[in-house]
Amino acid sequence: MATVAVPIERENYLNKEYGVASWLFTTDHKRIALLYLLSITFFFFIGGFFALLIRLELLTPAGDLVQADTYNKLFTMHGQVMVFFFLIPAVPAVLGNFLIPLMIGAKDLAFPRINLLSWYLYIIGGLFMMYTIVNGGVDTGWTFYTPLSTQFLDTHVVAAALAIFIAGFSSILTGLNFIVTIHRMRAPGMTWSRLPLFVWANYATAIIQVLGTPVLAITLMLVALERIFRLGIFNPQMGGDPLLFQHLFWFYSHPAVYIMILPGMGVVSEIVTCFTRKRIFGYRFMAVALIAIAVLGFLVWAHHMFIAGISLYSALAFSLLSYFVAVPSAIKVFNWTATMYKGSVSFDTPMLYALGFIGLFTMGGLTGLFLAALGIDVHVTDTYFVIAHFHYIMVGGMVIAYLAGIHFWWPKISGRMYPEFWGKLAAMIIFVGFNLTFFPQFVLGYMGMPRRYWQYSPEFQVLNVLSTAGATILAVGYVLPMVYLLWSMRYGKLADANPWDAAGLEWTTSSPPTTFNFDETPVVTWEAYNYDELDAPKEVPLER
Amino acid sequence: MFENLPLWPVRASSTAGSVDALYIFLLTLCGVMCIGIFTMIAVFAIRYRRSAGNRAEPIEGSTALELTWTFIPLGIFIFIFVWSAAIFFRERTPPKDSTEVYTVAKQWMWKFQHIEGQREINELHVPVGRDVRMIMTSQDVIHSFYVPAFRIKQDVLPGRYTTAWFRATKPGTYHLFCAEYCGTMHSGMVGDVVVMEPAQYQTWLSGGAAAGSLSNTGQGLFQSLGCSTCHRLDTQGRGPNLTGVFGKPVLLEDGRTVTADENYVRESILSPTAKVVSGFKPIMPPFQGIVSEEQLNALVAYVKSLSAQPSGAAGTPNLKPPPGETPSTTQ
Amino acid sequence: MSDSPTVVATHNPDLQHHFSSMEQQQDASMLGMWVFLITEIMFFGGMFFGYMVYRFYYYAAWLEGSQHMDFWWGTINTVVLLCSSLTMVLAVRSTQLNRRKSTVVFLLVTILFGLAFLGIKAIEYHGHWTEHQFPGLNWSWPGPYSSQVALFFSFYWAMTGFHALHMVIGIGLVLFIAYHAWKGKYSALYFNPVENVGLYWHFVDIVWIYLYPLLYLIGHKKG
Repeated sequence: MATVAVPIERENYLNKEYGVASWLFTTDHKRIALLYLLSITFFFFIGGFFALLIRLELLTPAGDLVQADTYNKLFTMHGQVMVFFFLIPAVPAVLGNFLIPLMIGAKDLAFPRINLLSWYLYIIGGLFMMYTIVNGGVDTGWTFYTPLSTQFLDTHVVAAALAIFIAGFSSILTGLNFIVTIHRMRAPGMTWSRLPLFVWANYATAIIQVLGTPVLAITLMLVALERIFRLGIFNPQMGGDPLLFQHLFWFYSHPAVYIMILPGMGVVSEIVTCFTRKRIFGYRFMAVALIAIAVLGFLVWAHHMFIAGISLYSALAFSLLSYFVAVPSAIKVFNWTATMYKGSVSFDTPMLYALGFIGLFTMGGLTGLFLAALGIDVHVTDTYFVIAHFHYIMVGGMVIAYLAGIHFWWPKISGRMYPEFWGKLAAMIIFVGFNLTFFPQFVLGYMGMPRRYWQYSPEFQVLNVLSTAGATILAVGYVLPMVYLLWSMRYGKLADANPWDAAGLEWTTSSPPTTFNFDETPVVTWEAYNYDELDAPKEVPLER
Repeated sequence: MFENLPLWPVRASSTAGSVDALYIFLLTLCGVMCIGIFTMIAVFAIRYRRSAGNRAEPIEGSTALELTWTFIPLGIFIFIFVWSAAIFFRERTPPKDSTEVYTVAKQWMWKFQHIEGQREINELHVPVGRDVRMIMTSQDVIHSFYVPAFRIKQDVLPGRYTTAWFRATKPGTYHLFCAEYCGTMHSGMVGDVVVMEPAQYQTWLSGGAAAGSLSNTGQGLFQSLGCSTCHRLDTQGRGPNLTGVFGKPVLLEDGRTVTADENYVRESILSPTAKVVSGFKPIMPPFQGIVSEEQLNALVAYVKSLSAQPSGAAGTPNLKPPPGETPSTTQ
Repeated sequence: MSDSPTVVATHNPDLQHHFSSMEQQQDASMLGMWVFLITEIMFFGGMFFGYMVYRFYYYAAWLEGSQHMDFWWGTINTVVLLCSSLTMVLAVRSTQLNRRKSTVVFLLVTILFGLAFLGIKAIEYHGHWTEHQFPGLNWSWPGPYSSQVALFFSFYWAMTGFHALHMVIGIGLVLFIAYHAWKGKYSALYFNPVENVGLYWHFVDIVWIYLYPLLYLIGHKKG
């Protein structure tokens, strides 16, 4: 398969230096983004492998594939790996790292060495996680509830807690870097109200990372100390309170879900505008909605604890607040839809993924209304209804947004185009596989199937079989992009600087960009998503 | 309505209907929303597709629309909140004359103690149409008492009591599941709730307990553990007279006032110095590690029974003696 | 080598290439330190929250525990830390006034105060250890509320332990700055790293200002 005669390749961040050392000691935000891309993909497949085993076991009501303890380890580590080693870093550490300096006209993030340190911390945390997995695993559930995790299990709880603790610092440093970068490194003319929503989204995310993650850190520390020194902080027999753990844990872990979804929403805003050739409908409301979600997200944590033993009045307060936090998300969905009105819509792969996101996030978000409803939550909490809800948002939302972003910016990142046919095919396979996997779980949940069940009552079997069938289809869908994206790095069509004719400073650089991004610092005089200017008939010279 | 659709469990409690009603409303609302949004997206995608030559029209936004689709959803959400809060309030407020069943959850089984004395493991017999209040605690980790057919679920914690109540409306056998991950055999911690017609239930009851009622067991323990030495029932001893105490406010040494509920009695047995009654000294020894959860339940039931008398009774309460012992009026 | 062509003819050798001016670099690094300190507040905040919850539940035990803290060592340590913050601020000021020697001296005195703090804590820890006041490892409590006082001590060890860890890191940072100050790296034009380390140092001091009354002064009466 001969490549077309290639002109002498311009120097860019990929070919500037070769050799492992040039990658492992890089401070270039774009190279660090690729280091993250490799590592989170690795963990995604580990977590996905655990998921496949879980779904295989659940084909039959009896526990007949693996032992009960093994099953408990599988769902625990699936959750820990997917949440802390894939979902939390994915869009910020890969796409955010790569794009934020480009989008704001900067040469790098504010603290390039801290960026690299972030990646190393992630890797060290990942090594602790691999140690845990390889040495027998951990079976606390990803939520580590006490006193089960502190007193009743003899698996590698401390190692897993340490893994997540260290990865948490990676997340904190990334957030810190983004906040300072966005505040201080914007190019002249790039005011806050001209920022792409992707930047706003990562900014809101960074605030959550910086404020919430330290609380998880200290909570896991206390669990580790309690196990090592047999303290009694969470042990009722020693005067401790298991509910204290839950409050501390969920204080971080609820905002964490917004760390996962907000960057995805940012990606969708970039894509929807590009593939409708329009400004986003209601830019200000969209930006404020991102911040509102981040702030309100800190006020709702005990909606994970309605039946945990909190008072009736606490439950009422947290339920009401949970309804408040749903409003800005709804606003975003309406605004994306309105952006399509009187647009010029095309259906390239990134747009297919973005549309999938809007649909599936809407469904997932609406099911959140069920869970926030106290009377219903009593019945469906701790069942497959919750599992379906959060997978709709995390997988149907977040993973799809991540793939959308990877495809959209692939030409910028790699200098190559991915094959459009395979892109569309994979998107559709993923969409079908996803719905088949998780929709039946809503029904299972309301019918009463509890979560974390290795064996289950026979009447739940049919829906479980459907779900497993969907999972195998979904798996195929995920493998496809791995294959063709890798293929494209060598054999894909060469991309020019702006194959989508998209707005945004990142598209003014070469594909791939040079190490320092811009030959000259841009001076911005236009609003975000100025497609009306870009697409205007060309008598007027463009302002770039 | 729609009883036989495999979308929800049978409705076998007094609250199941109202939970399902809200659920169906939400399903409808969300269905309508989804269909609405998806249709709009599809219509816009097709009507404004680029391949038909459409060019985009520059539209910045519309504050009026934004406010509309902010406040209308907010209004709907508050409506849902109020409706579901009402259901929750009912679910969390057991009726006053409920029958009580003490529950001890442990890895990996459910132990039930009926007031009349029956003990069951993993099976709970209840009569149809009667309000039943579960008073639950765990011996080890957090569990959760879940009966899908009743639409109730309540976490069961170590170190304290949590409660749940239901009124079964349909005879039958229904799943009981543990719904809080509790270790290896979490998925095996399942059982049945058997709802019987009142006559059958009476028959079942009378087949039962040799040990006498729960509060009788408690009374026996009260004596054998030496509680009666300080907690005299005829007069004030070194410890407070427990007659009529349950359910009433108690003034503590540090000035706080608390209600003497099950958790208070339990804590006072296990960790007496946590809340010392005003006017008394913290001299009661702790019984942590000395009494089992079942024994605690019996003691709590006994203390409760001391309040079942008309208030102001200063004499010895009218209690059945423990089986095999002669009744004594002073201790 | 594609370096940025917008290099200004005479730029500060400490200007990092991705910043367009020293002012931007200094602004960024100071904002970075403030954001980091906010994360530290949240980190310690979790422990303070747990402490407050149990203090509410078990006030008598908290009182007991606090009476067994060494009031005098704790108070001396508070004074020591306050002095160290003073010398730290004077070090920053000396840098701003281009006084290299003073800067180094003040930084070294700050380190001495820091070491004194740690030394006193070591004495206290040793004392608590020999009194069997380490929950889980050698706990033995003769009085009432034993497990609740153990909870108090758990928080004591965890909170002061993490604080001490931060002190050690702080001393390391000050040492690093002192070395570079001695080499003449800082001046009125570039004192930003000294300022940032100063911020960190003050923060660790402030955490102690909260720990001291919460641990040492519960129900404390003079004499």
